[in-house]
Amino acid sequence: MARMVTIRRVVVSTAAAWLFGFLIFFPILWMILTSFKTELDAFATPPSFLFFHWTTENYATVQERSDYIHHAINSILIAGLSTLIAMLIAVPAAWSMAFAPTKRTKDILLWMLSTKMMPPVGVLVPIYLIYRDFGLLDSRAGLIFILCLGNLPIVVWMLFTYFKEIPKDILEAARMDGATIGRELIYVLTPMAIPGLASTMLLNFILAWNEAFWTLNLSTLEAAPLTVFIASYSSPEGLFWAKLSAASTLAIAPVLVLGWFSQRQLVRGLTFGAVK
Amino acid sequence: MATQQTQLLARSLLAPAVVLLFIWMIVPLAMTVYFSTLHYNLLDPGTESFVGFENFRYFLTDPAFLASLRNTLVLVGSVLGITILLGVPVALLLDQPVVGLNIVRLMVIAPFFVMPTVSALIWKNLLMHPVSGLFAWLFRLVGLEPIDWFNDAPLFAIILIVSWQWLPFATLILLTALQSLDEEQKEAAEMDGARAWSTFIYITLPHLARPITVVILIETIFLLTVFAEIFVTTGGGPGLQTTNIAFLIYSQALVQYDIGNASAGGLVAVVIANIVAFFLVRIVGRNLEA
Repeated sequence: MARMVTIRRVVVSTAAAWLFGFLIFFPILWMILTSFKTELDAFATPPSFLFFHWTTENYATVQERSDYIHHAINSILIAGLSTLIAMLIAVPAAWSMAFAPTKRTKDILLWMLSTKMMPPVGVLVPIYLIYRDFGLLDSRAGLIFILCLGNLPIVVWMLFTYFKEIPKDILEAARMDGATIGRELIYVLTPMAIPGLASTMLLNFILAWNEAFWTLNLSTLEAAPLTVFIASYSSPEGLFWAKLSAASTLAIAPVLVLGWFSQRQLVRGLTFGAVK
Repeated sequence: MATQQTQLLARSLLAPAVVLLFIWMIVPLAMTVYFSTLHYNLLDPGTESFVGFENFRYFLTDPAFLASLRNTLVLVGSVLGITILLGVPVALLLDQPVVGLNIVRLMVIAPFFVMPTVSALIWKNLLMHPVSGLFAWLFRLVGLEPIDWFNDAPLFAIILIVSWQWLPFATLILLTALQSLDEEQKEAAEMDGARAWSTFIYITLPHLARPITVVILIETIFLLTVFAEIFVTTGGGPGLQTTNIAFLIYSQALVQYDIGNASAGGLVAVVIANIVAFFLVRIVGRNLEA
Protein backbone atom coordinates (compact mmCIF):
# COMPACT_ATOMS: atom_id res chain seq x y z
CA MET A 1 0.00 0.00 0.00
CA ALA A 2 2.60 2.48 1.09
CA ARG A 3 4.52 1.88 -2.11
CA MET A 4 1.44 2.54 -4.22
CA VAL A 5 0.89 5.86 -2.53
CA THR A 6 4.50 6.82 -3.08
CA ILE A 7 4.38 6.07 -6.78
CA ARG A 8 1.19 8.04 -7.15
CA ARG A 9 2.74 10.91 -5.29
CA VAL A 10 5.79 10.86 -7.55
CA VAL A 11 3.64 10.85 -10.67
CA VAL A 12 1.46 13.73 -9.46
CA SER A 13 4.32 15.90 -8.24
CA THR A 14 6.34 15.17 -11.37
CA ALA A 15 3.48 16.18 -13.62
CA ALA A 16 2.77 19.34 -11.62
CA ALA A 17 6.44 20.33 -11.41
CA TRP A 18 6.97 19.89 -15.15
CA LEU A 19 3.83 21.88 -15.88
CA PHE A 20 4.94 24.78 -13.68
CA GLY A 21 8.47 24.63 -15.00
CA PHE A 22 7.24 24.68 -18.56
CA LEU A 23 4.92 27.65 -17.93
CA ILE A 24 7.68 29.66 -16.28
CA PHE A 25 10.14 28.82 -19.05
CA PHE A 26 7.62 29.33 -21.84
CA PRO A 27 8.35 33.01 -22.68
CA ILE A 28 11.99 32.09 -23.30
CA LEU A 29 11.03 29.06 -25.36
CA TRP A 30 8.59 31.17 -27.35
CA MET A 31 11.29 33.74 -28.00
CA ILE A 32 13.67 31.05 -29.26
CA LEU A 33 10.97 29.58 -31.53
CA THR A 34 10.06 33.01 -32.88
CA SER A 35 13.69 33.67 -33.70
CA PHE A 36 13.50 30.87 -36.28
CA LYS A 37 10.34 32.17 -37.95
CA THR A 38 9.93 34.52 -40.86
CA GLU A 39 8.63 37.96 -39.87
CA LEU A 40 5.31 36.99 -41.42
CA ASP A 41 5.02 33.81 -39.35
CA ALA A 42 6.04 35.70 -36.24
CA PHE A 43 2.96 37.93 -36.55
CA ALA A 44 0.59 35.18 -37.69
CA THR A 45 -2.65 34.45 -35.85
CA PRO A 46 -3.27 31.73 -34.88
CA PRO A 47 0.37 31.35 -33.96
CA SER A 48 2.18 28.28 -35.20
CA PHE A 49 4.14 26.44 -32.55
CA LEU A 50 6.33 24.05 -34.48
CA PHE A 51 4.98 23.71 -38.00
CA PHE A 52 6.24 26.87 -39.58
CA HIS A 53 8.91 27.52 -42.13
CA TRP A 54 12.10 27.23 -40.05
CA THR A 55 14.73 29.72 -41.05
CA THR A 56 18.00 31.03 -39.65
CA GLU A 57 17.94 34.17 -41.75
CA ASN A 58 17.13 36.35 -38.72
CA TYR A 59 20.40 35.36 -37.15
CA ALA A 60 22.21 36.16 -40.36
CA THR A 61 20.48 39.55 -40.51
CA VAL A 62 21.31 40.37 -36.91
CA GLN A 63 24.87 39.29 -37.56
CA GLU A 64 25.06 41.35 -40.72
CA ARG A 65 24.18 44.47 -38.88
CA SER A 66 27.76 44.27 -37.73
CA ASP A 67 26.85 46.32 -34.70
CA TYR A 68 25.64 43.14 -33.01
CA ILE A 69 29.19 41.82 -32.72
CA HIS A 70 30.34 45.24 -31.64
CA HIS A 71 27.86 45.28 -28.75
CA ALA A 72 28.55 41.67 -27.84
CA ILE A 73 32.25 42.48 -27.56
CA ASN A 74 31.36 45.48 -25.40
CA SER A 75 29.29 43.23 -23.14
CA ILE A 76 32.12 40.73 -22.81
CA LEU A 77 34.71 43.42 -22.11
CA ILE A 78 32.57 45.37 -19.67
CA ALA A 79 31.28 42.38 -17.72
CA GLY A 80 34.60 40.55 -17.85
CA LEU A 81 36.91 43.38 -16.90
CA SER A 82 34.63 44.81 -14.23
CA THR A 83 34.50 41.35 -12.65
CA LEU A 84 38.26 40.86 -12.87
CA ILE A 85 39.07 44.22 -11.35
CA ALA A 86 36.51 43.68 -8.59
CA MET A 87 38.18 40.35 -7.83
CA LEU A 88 41.63 41.94 -7.65
CA ILE A 89 40.37 44.39 -5.05
CA ALA A 90 38.08 42.00 -3.22
CA VAL A 91 40.24 38.89 -2.80
CA PRO A 92 42.80 40.58 -0.52
CA ALA A 93 40.04 42.31 1.42
CA ALA A 94 38.00 39.13 1.92
CA TRP A 95 41.11 37.14 2.75
CA SER A 96 42.08 39.65 5.39
CA MET A 97 38.64 39.72 6.99
CA ALA A 98 38.23 35.95 6.95
CA PHE A 99 41.66 35.00 8.28
CA ALA A 100 42.71 37.99 10.34
CA PRO A 101 39.42 39.29 11.71
CA THR A 102 39.42 42.19 14.12
CA LYS A 103 36.72 43.62 16.32
CA ARG A 104 35.60 45.85 13.49
CA THR A 105 35.40 43.19 10.78
CA LYS A 106 31.69 42.65 11.20
CA ASP A 107 30.96 46.37 11.05
CA ILE A 108 33.07 46.75 7.93
CA LEU A 109 31.24 43.88 6.23
CA LEU A 110 27.85 45.29 7.07
CA TRP A 111 28.91 48.75 5.99
CA MET A 112 30.04 47.35 2.62
CA LEU A 113 26.70 45.64 2.29
CA SER A 114 24.89 48.89 3.01
CA THR A 115 26.68 50.65 0.12
CA LYS A 116 25.02 48.13 -2.19
CA MET A 117 21.65 49.31 -0.94
CA MET A 118 22.03 52.85 -2.13
CA PRO A 119 19.62 53.19 -5.06
CA PRO A 120 21.65 53.97 -8.18
CA VAL A 121 19.12 56.64 -9.12
CA GLY A 122 20.13 58.55 -5.97
CA VAL A 123 23.54 59.23 -7.45
CA LEU A 124 22.58 59.32 -11.12
CA VAL A 125 22.93 63.10 -11.33
CA PRO A 126 26.46 63.48 -9.93
CA ILE A 127 27.76 60.41 -11.77
CA TYR A 128 26.30 61.69 -15.03
CA LEU A 129 27.87 65.13 -14.54
CA ILE A 130 31.24 63.72 -13.48
CA TYR A 131 31.23 61.42 -16.50
CA ARG A 132 30.26 64.28 -18.79
CA ASP A 133 33.06 66.49 -17.49
CA PHE A 134 35.69 63.75 -17.71
CA GLY A 135 34.54 62.55 -21.13
CA LEU A 136 33.52 59.17 -19.74
CA LEU A 137 29.99 59.15 -21.16
CA ASP A 138 29.60 56.30 -23.63
CA SER A 139 33.02 54.90 -22.78
CA ARG A 140 33.79 51.31 -21.86
CA ALA A 141 36.18 52.42 -19.13
CA GLY A 142 33.43 54.41 -17.47
CA LEU A 143 31.02 51.50 -17.47
CA ILE A 144 33.67 49.05 -16.29
CA PHE A 145 34.49 51.36 -13.41
CA ILE A 146 30.94 51.86 -12.24
CA LEU A 147 29.88 48.22 -12.59
CA CYS A 148 33.02 47.17 -10.74
CA LEU A 149 32.19 49.46 -7.81
CA GLY A 150 28.55 48.50 -7.89
CA ASN A 151 29.34 44.79 -7.60
CA LEU A 152 32.32 45.08 -5.26
CA PRO A 153 30.28 44.62 -2.06
CA ILE A 154 28.72 41.41 -3.41
CA VAL A 155 32.11 40.09 -4.49
CA VAL A 156 33.67 40.79 -1.09
CA TRP A 157 30.74 39.17 0.67
CA MET A 158 30.69 36.04 -1.44
CA LEU A 159 34.44 35.56 -1.14
CA PHE A 160 34.25 36.18 2.58
CA THR A 161 31.62 33.46 3.06
CA TYR A 162 33.72 31.04 0.99
CA PHE A 163 36.99 31.83 2.76
CA LYS A 164 35.25 31.52 6.08
CA GLU A 165 34.52 27.88 5.32
CA ILE A 166 38.16 26.96 4.84
CA PRO A 167 39.15 25.26 8.10
CA LYS A 168 41.64 27.32 10.08
CA ASP A 169 43.38 24.20 11.39
CA ILE A 170 44.85 23.51 8.00
CA LEU A 171 46.43 26.93 7.91
CA GLU A 172 47.82 26.50 11.37
CA ALA A 173 49.24 23.12 10.44
CA ALA A 174 50.94 24.67 7.43
CA ARG A 175 52.31 27.45 9.60
CA MET A 176 53.64 24.95 12.11
CA ASP A 177 55.45 23.22 9.28
CA GLY A 178 57.18 26.52 8.68
CA ALA A 179 55.24 27.73 5.65
CA THR A 180 55.54 31.47 5.01
CA ILE A 181 52.47 33.54 4.26
CA GLY A 182 53.32 33.50 0.57
CA ARG A 183 53.65 29.73 0.48
CA GLU A 184 50.55 29.34 2.59
CA LEU A 185 48.64 31.43 0.07
CA ILE A 186 49.85 29.58 -3.00
CA TYR A 187 49.97 25.97 -1.82
CA VAL A 188 47.28 25.74 0.82
CA LEU A 189 44.69 28.44 0.35
CA THR A 190 44.48 28.82 -3.40
CA PRO A 191 43.58 25.21 -4.21
CA MET A 192 40.87 25.24 -1.57
CA ALA A 193 39.57 28.62 -2.63
CA ILE A 194 39.35 28.01 -6.37
CA PRO A 195 35.73 26.75 -6.42
CA GLY A 196 34.63 29.78 -4.42
CA LEU A 197 36.62 32.17 -6.59
CA ALA A 198 35.19 30.63 -9.74
CA SER A 199 31.58 30.82 -8.67
CA THR A 200 31.99 34.37 -7.39
CA MET A 201 33.38 35.43 -10.75
CA LEU A 202 30.64 33.60 -12.57
CA LEU A 203 27.78 35.20 -10.67
CA ASN A 204 29.26 38.67 -10.92
CA PHE A 205 29.91 38.29 -14.60
CA ILE A 206 26.22 37.47 -15.00
CA LEU A 207 25.11 40.41 -12.87
CA ALA A 208 27.34 42.79 -14.84
CA TRP A 209 26.20 41.32 -18.16
CA ASN A 210 22.55 41.99 -17.29
CA GLU A 211 23.02 45.37 -15.58
CA ALA A 212 20.63 47.77 -17.24
CA PHE A 213 20.51 50.99 -15.22
CA TRP A 214 23.98 52.43 -15.68
CA THR A 215 24.44 50.94 -19.12
CA LEU A 216 21.20 52.50 -20.38
CA ASN A 217 21.96 55.89 -18.83
CA LEU A 218 25.67 56.19 -19.48
CA SER A 219 26.13 54.67 -22.91
CA THR A 220 24.49 55.19 -26.27
CA LEU A 221 26.47 53.69 -29.11
CA GLU A 222 30.23 53.29 -28.93
CA ALA A 223 30.38 51.58 -25.54
CA ALA A 224 26.84 50.24 -25.52
CA PRO A 225 26.60 46.60 -24.37
CA LEU A 226 23.83 44.19 -25.39
CA THR A 227 21.34 45.53 -22.84
CA VAL A 228 21.37 48.86 -24.69
CA PHE A 229 21.50 47.22 -28.13
CA ILE A 230 18.31 45.28 -27.35
CA ALA A 231 16.65 48.43 -25.99
CA SER A 232 17.12 49.99 -29.44
CA TYR A 233 14.54 47.49 -30.70
CA SER A 234 11.89 49.19 -28.58
CA SER A 235 11.19 51.95 -31.09
CA PRO A 236 7.95 51.11 -32.89
CA GLU A 237 9.26 51.82 -36.39
CA GLY A 238 12.14 49.37 -36.05
CA LEU A 239 10.11 46.54 -34.64
CA PHE A 240 10.65 43.15 -36.19
CA TRP A 241 9.65 40.36 -33.87
CA ALA A 242 11.68 37.59 -35.42
CA LYS A 243 14.81 39.73 -35.49
CA LEU A 244 14.15 41.02 -31.99
CA SER A 245 13.87 37.38 -30.89
CA ALA A 246 17.05 36.34 -32.66
CA ALA A 247 19.02 39.24 -31.19
CA SER A 248 17.55 38.56 -27.75
CA THR A 249 18.36 34.86 -27.95
CA LEU A 250 21.95 35.66 -28.84
CA ALA A 251 22.11 38.21 -26.02
CA ILE A 252 20.91 35.90 -23.26
CA ALA A 253 22.27 32.52 -24.42
CA PRO A 254 25.77 32.86 -22.91
CA VAL A 255 24.61 33.92 -19.45
CA LEU A 256 21.72 31.47 -19.46
CA VAL A 257 24.25 28.66 -19.79
CA LEU A 258 26.61 30.21 -17.25
CA GLY A 259 23.71 30.94 -14.95
CA TRP A 260 22.56 27.35 -14.91
CA PHE A 261 26.00 26.39 -13.65
CA SER A 262 25.94 29.01 -10.92
CA GLN A 263 22.44 28.45 -9.54
CA ARG A 264 23.70 27.23 -6.16
CA GLN A 265 25.94 30.24 -5.73
CA LEU A 266 23.12 32.54 -6.69
CA VAL A 267 21.44 32.09 -3.32
CA ARG A 268 24.61 32.67 -1.38
CA GLY A 269 25.63 35.66 -3.46
CA LEU A 270 22.35 37.48 -3.41
CA THR A 271 21.35 36.87 0.18
CA PHE A 272 24.78 37.76 1.56
CA GLY A 273 24.89 34.46 3.38
CA ALA A 274 21.57 35.07 5.11
CA VAL A 275 20.21 31.87 3.50
CA LYS A 276 22.48 28.95 2.86
CA MET B 1 55.44 40.14 16.78
CA ALA B 2 54.12 37.86 14.12
CA THR B 3 50.56 38.74 14.88
CA GLN B 4 51.28 42.45 14.71
CA GLN B 5 52.84 41.91 11.33
CA THR B 6 49.80 39.92 10.22
CA GLN B 7 47.49 42.65 11.45
CA LEU B 8 49.38 45.23 9.45
CA LEU B 9 49.29 43.04 6.36
CA ALA B 10 45.60 42.36 6.87
CA ARG B 11 44.86 46.04 7.17
CA SER B 12 46.76 46.98 4.04
CA LEU B 13 44.99 44.24 2.11
CA LEU B 14 41.64 45.53 3.26
CA ALA B 15 42.40 49.16 2.58
CA PRO B 16 41.84 49.39 -1.20
CA ALA B 17 38.34 47.94 -1.02
CA VAL B 18 37.35 50.11 1.93
CA VAL B 19 38.79 53.31 0.47
CA LEU B 20 37.16 52.75 -2.94
CA LEU B 21 33.76 51.94 -1.49
CA PHE B 22 34.03 54.88 0.87
CA ILE B 23 34.71 57.28 -2.01
CA TRP B 24 31.96 55.63 -4.06
CA MET B 25 29.53 56.16 -1.22
CA ILE B 26 30.50 59.62 -0.03
CA VAL B 27 31.48 61.67 -3.08
CA PRO B 28 28.39 61.22 -5.28
CA LEU B 29 26.09 61.41 -2.29
CA ALA B 30 27.69 64.65 -1.08
CA MET B 31 27.32 66.05 -4.58
CA THR B 32 23.67 65.02 -4.66
CA VAL B 33 23.11 66.80 -1.37
CA TYR B 34 24.87 69.90 -2.69
CA PHE B 35 22.96 69.95 -6.00
CA SER B 36 19.67 69.43 -4.20
CA THR B 37 20.02 72.89 -2.63
CA LEU B 38 20.66 74.62 -5.95
CA HIS B 39 18.54 75.96 -8.71
CA TYR B 40 20.48 74.22 -11.46
CA ASN B 41 19.24 73.39 -14.93
CA LEU B 42 21.58 72.17 -17.65
CA LEU B 43 19.46 73.87 -20.30
CA ASP B 44 19.78 77.15 -18.47
CA PRO B 45 23.50 77.37 -17.64
CA GLY B 46 24.92 80.18 -15.55
CA THR B 47 21.79 80.63 -13.44
CA GLU B 48 22.83 78.34 -10.59
CA SER B 49 21.81 79.77 -7.25
CA PHE B 50 21.29 78.55 -3.72
CA VAL B 51 17.61 77.90 -2.99
CA GLY B 52 17.73 75.97 0.29
CA PHE B 53 14.96 73.40 0.58
CA GLU B 54 13.02 74.78 -2.36
CA ASN B 55 13.74 71.72 -4.53
CA PHE B 56 12.48 69.37 -1.84
CA ARG B 57 9.34 71.41 -1.39
CA TYR B 58 8.82 71.36 -5.13
CA PHE B 59 9.60 67.67 -5.54
CA LEU B 60 7.49 66.47 -2.62
CA THR B 61 4.45 68.58 -3.53
CA ASP B 62 4.65 67.79 -7.24
CA PRO B 63 1.60 65.68 -8.17
CA ALA B 64 4.00 63.54 -10.20
CA PHE B 65 5.79 62.57 -6.99
CA LEU B 66 2.62 61.34 -5.32
CA ALA B 67 1.65 59.43 -8.45
CA SER B 68 5.08 57.85 -8.76
CA LEU B 69 5.25 57.05 -5.05
CA ARG B 70 1.91 55.30 -5.39
CA ASN B 71 3.10 53.43 -8.49
CA THR B 72 6.31 52.43 -6.74
CA LEU B 73 4.42 51.06 -3.74
CA VAL B 74 1.91 49.21 -5.93
CA LEU B 75 4.70 47.77 -8.07
CA VAL B 76 6.86 46.65 -5.14
CA GLY B 77 3.90 45.33 -3.13
CA SER B 78 2.33 43.43 -6.00
CA VAL B 79 5.55 41.84 -7.19
CA LEU B 80 6.39 40.81 -3.63
CA GLY B 81 2.93 39.32 -3.19
CA ILE B 82 3.00 37.45 -6.49
CA THR B 83 6.52 36.10 -6.18
CA ILE B 84 6.00 34.86 -2.63
CA LEU B 85 2.49 33.48 -3.09
CA LEU B 86 3.68 31.58 -6.17
CA GLY B 87 7.19 30.97 -4.92
CA VAL B 88 6.11 29.00 -1.85
CA PRO B 89 4.04 26.41 -3.77
CA VAL B 90 6.62 26.10 -6.54
CA ALA B 91 9.40 25.61 -3.99
CA LEU B 92 7.29 23.04 -2.13
CA LEU B 93 6.69 21.26 -5.41
CA LEU B 94 10.38 21.16 -6.29
CA ASP B 95 11.07 19.77 -2.82
CA GLN B 96 8.93 16.72 -3.68
CA PRO B 97 10.27 13.61 -5.37
CA VAL B 98 10.14 14.72 -8.99
CA VAL B 99 11.47 12.82 -11.99
CA GLY B 100 13.86 15.05 -13.94
CA LEU B 101 14.09 17.57 -11.13
CA ASN B 102 17.31 19.07 -12.46
CA ILE B 103 15.73 20.01 -15.76
CA VAL B 104 12.63 21.44 -14.08
CA ARG B 105 14.82 23.51 -11.79
CA LEU B 106 16.76 24.88 -14.76
CA MET B 107 13.51 25.92 -16.43
CA VAL B 108 12.24 27.61 -13.28
CA ILE B 109 15.45 29.54 -12.69
CA ALA B 110 15.98 30.64 -16.30
CA PRO B 111 14.01 33.93 -16.23
CA PHE B 112 16.37 35.33 -13.61
CA PHE B 113 19.23 35.26 -16.08
CA VAL B 114 17.41 37.09 -18.85
CA MET B 115 18.52 40.71 -19.10
CA PRO B 116 15.73 43.16 -18.18
CA THR B 117 15.56 44.79 -21.60
CA VAL B 118 15.04 41.40 -23.25
CA SER B 119 12.33 40.21 -20.86
CA ALA B 120 10.46 43.48 -21.15
CA LEU B 121 10.48 43.59 -24.95
CA ILE B 122 9.68 39.90 -25.40
CA TRP B 123 6.71 40.15 -23.04
CA LYS B 124 5.51 43.42 -24.47
CA ASN B 125 5.60 42.28 -28.10
CA LEU B 126 5.48 38.52 -28.42
CA LEU B 127 3.09 37.88 -25.54
CA MET B 128 1.15 41.05 -24.72
CA HIS B 129 0.63 42.60 -28.11
CA PRO B 130 -3.12 43.36 -28.33
CA VAL B 131 -3.53 41.90 -31.84
CA SER B 132 -0.77 39.43 -32.63
CA GLY B 133 0.42 38.57 -29.15
CA LEU B 134 0.08 35.06 -27.79
CA PHE B 135 -2.13 36.22 -24.90
CA ALA B 136 -4.52 37.89 -27.33
CA TRP B 137 -4.82 34.60 -29.22
CA LEU B 138 -5.40 32.67 -25.96
CA PHE B 139 -8.08 35.15 -24.88
CA ARG B 140 -9.91 34.83 -28.20
CA LEU B 141 -9.56 31.05 -27.99
CA VAL B 142 -11.71 31.00 -24.84
CA GLY B 143 -14.05 33.65 -26.22
CA LEU B 144 -12.73 36.68 -24.33
CA GLU B 145 -11.90 40.11 -25.65
CA PRO B 146 -8.08 40.49 -25.78
CA ILE B 147 -6.65 43.01 -23.34
CA ASP B 148 -4.65 45.94 -24.67
CA TRP B 149 -2.21 45.50 -21.80
CA PHE B 150 -0.08 48.60 -22.18
CA ASN B 151 -3.05 50.92 -22.68
CA ASP B 152 -5.67 49.49 -20.37
CA ALA B 153 -3.52 48.12 -17.55
CA PRO B 154 0.02 49.38 -18.11
CA LEU B 155 1.18 49.14 -14.50
CA PHE B 156 -0.23 45.64 -14.19
CA ALA B 157 1.62 44.64 -17.35
CA ILE B 158 4.90 45.87 -15.84
CA ILE B 159 4.05 44.05 -12.60
CA LEU B 160 3.60 40.79 -14.52
CA ILE B 161 6.92 41.16 -16.32
CA VAL B 162 8.86 42.02 -13.18
CA SER B 163 7.16 39.23 -11.23
CA TRP B 164 8.23 36.75 -13.88
CA GLN B 165 11.81 37.95 -13.50
CA TRP B 166 11.82 37.67 -9.71
CA LEU B 167 9.78 34.48 -9.20
CA PRO B 168 12.89 32.32 -9.74
CA PHE B 169 14.79 34.21 -7.05
CA ALA B 170 12.04 33.74 -4.46
CA THR B 171 11.58 30.10 -5.43
CA LEU B 172 15.27 29.31 -5.29
CA ILE B 173 15.76 30.85 -1.85
CA LEU B 174 12.66 29.19 -0.43
CA LEU B 175 13.74 25.87 -1.95
CA THR B 176 17.19 26.18 -0.41
CA ALA B 177 15.57 26.84 2.95
CA LEU B 178 13.16 23.91 2.56
CA GLN B 179 15.99 21.56 1.81
CA SER B 180 17.66 22.49 5.07
CA LEU B 181 14.49 21.63 6.97
CA ASP B 182 15.10 18.60 9.08
CA GLU B 183 13.55 15.62 7.30
CA GLU B 184 13.24 13.80 10.61
CA GLN B 185 11.12 16.54 12.03
CA LYS B 186 8.67 16.23 9.19
CA GLU B 187 8.65 12.44 9.42
CA ALA B 188 8.05 12.57 13.14
CA ALA B 189 5.09 14.85 12.57
CA GLU B 190 3.72 12.48 9.95
CA MET B 191 4.17 9.52 12.28
CA ASP B 192 2.22 11.40 14.92
CA GLY B 193 -0.60 11.45 12.43
CA ALA B 194 -0.24 15.05 11.37
CA ARG B 195 -1.91 15.73 8.05
CA ALA B 196 0.09 17.28 5.25
CA TRP B 197 -1.76 20.55 5.79
CA SER B 198 -0.97 20.84 9.47
CA THR B 199 2.64 19.80 8.87
CA PHE B 200 2.80 22.71 6.45
CA ILE B 201 1.18 25.19 8.83
CA TYR B 202 3.00 24.23 12.00
CA ILE B 203 6.40 23.09 10.76
CA THR B 204 7.17 24.19 7.21
CA LEU B 205 5.72 27.68 7.29
CA PRO B 206 7.42 28.79 10.52
CA HIS B 207 10.66 27.44 9.09
CA LEU B 208 10.12 29.59 5.99
CA ALA B 209 9.46 32.77 7.95
CA ARG B 210 13.07 33.88 7.88
CA PRO B 211 13.83 33.13 4.23
CA ILE B 212 10.58 34.88 3.30
CA THR B 213 11.74 37.93 5.22
CA VAL B 214 15.03 37.82 3.38
CA VAL B 215 13.25 37.54 0.03
CA ILE B 216 11.02 40.49 0.89
CA LEU B 217 13.89 42.71 1.92
CA ILE B 218 16.25 41.90 -0.93
CA GLU B 219 13.56 42.04 -3.58
CA THR B 220 12.37 45.36 -2.17
CA ILE B 221 15.81 46.87 -2.56
CA PHE B 222 15.93 45.89 -6.22
CA LEU B 223 12.25 46.54 -6.94
CA LEU B 224 12.41 50.09 -5.57
CA THR B 225 14.68 50.92 -8.50
CA VAL B 226 13.02 49.05 -11.37
CA PHE B 227 14.02 51.07 -14.40
CA ALA B 228 14.90 49.25 -17.62
CA GLU B 229 11.55 47.46 -17.87
CA ILE B 230 9.73 50.80 -17.78
CA PHE B 231 12.28 52.52 -19.99
CA VAL B 232 11.85 50.12 -22.92
CA THR B 233 8.11 49.45 -22.69
CA THR B 234 6.11 52.49 -21.62
CA GLY B 235 8.56 55.31 -21.00
CA GLY B 236 6.58 55.99 -17.82
CA GLY B 237 3.27 56.47 -19.61
CA PRO B 238 0.55 56.67 -20.59
CA GLY B 239 0.54 59.91 -18.62
CA LEU B 240 2.24 59.03 -15.36
CA GLN B 241 0.62 55.62 -15.03
CA THR B 242 3.85 53.62 -15.00
CA THR B 243 6.25 56.25 -13.68
CA ASN B 244 7.91 55.05 -10.50
CA ILE B 245 10.25 57.14 -8.38
CA ALA B 246 13.37 55.89 -10.15
CA PHE B 247 11.91 56.73 -13.54
CA LEU B 248 10.64 60.12 -12.36
CA ILE B 249 14.10 61.11 -11.15
CA TYR B 250 15.65 59.84 -14.37
CA SER B 251 13.30 61.92 -16.48
CA GLN B 252 13.88 65.02 -14.38
CA ALA B 253 17.63 64.58 -14.64
CA LEU B 254 18.23 63.38 -18.18
CA VAL B 255 15.10 64.49 -20.01
CA GLN B 256 14.32 67.84 -18.40
CA TYR B 257 17.91 68.38 -17.22
CA ASP B 258 16.63 69.78 -13.92
CA ILE B 259 19.65 68.83 -11.82
CA GLY B 260 18.50 70.49 -8.60
CA ASN B 261 15.10 68.89 -8.55
CA ALA B 262 16.35 65.46 -9.61
CA SER B 263 18.94 65.55 -6.85
CA ALA B 264 16.28 66.30 -4.27
CA GLY B 265 14.31 63.34 -5.65
CA GLY B 266 17.42 61.18 -5.54
CA LEU B 267 17.82 61.90 -1.84
CA VAL B 268 14.19 61.00 -1.22
CA ALA B 269 14.86 57.66 -2.96
CA VAL B 270 17.96 57.12 -0.82
CA VAL B 271 15.96 57.73 2.35
CA ILE B 272 13.27 55.24 1.29
CA ALA B 273 15.87 52.60 0.41
CA ASN B 274 17.68 53.17 3.69
CA ILE B 275 14.59 52.40 5.69
CA VAL B 276 14.48 48.97 4.04
CA ALA B 277 18.23 48.51 4.22
CA PHE B 278 18.18 49.16 7.95
CA PHE B 279 16.10 46.05 8.54
CA LEU B 280 18.04 43.90 6.07
CA VAL B 281 21.40 44.78 7.59
CA ARG B 282 20.07 43.87 11.03
CA ILE B 283 18.88 40.45 9.86
CA VAL B 284 22.11 39.69 8.03
CA GLY B 285 24.14 40.95 10.97
CA ARG B 286 22.30 38.68 13.38
CA ASN B 287 23.01 35.78 11.06
CA LEU B 288 26.70 36.64 10.95
CA GLU B 289 26.99 35.94 14.65
CA ALA B 290 25.38 32.54 14.51
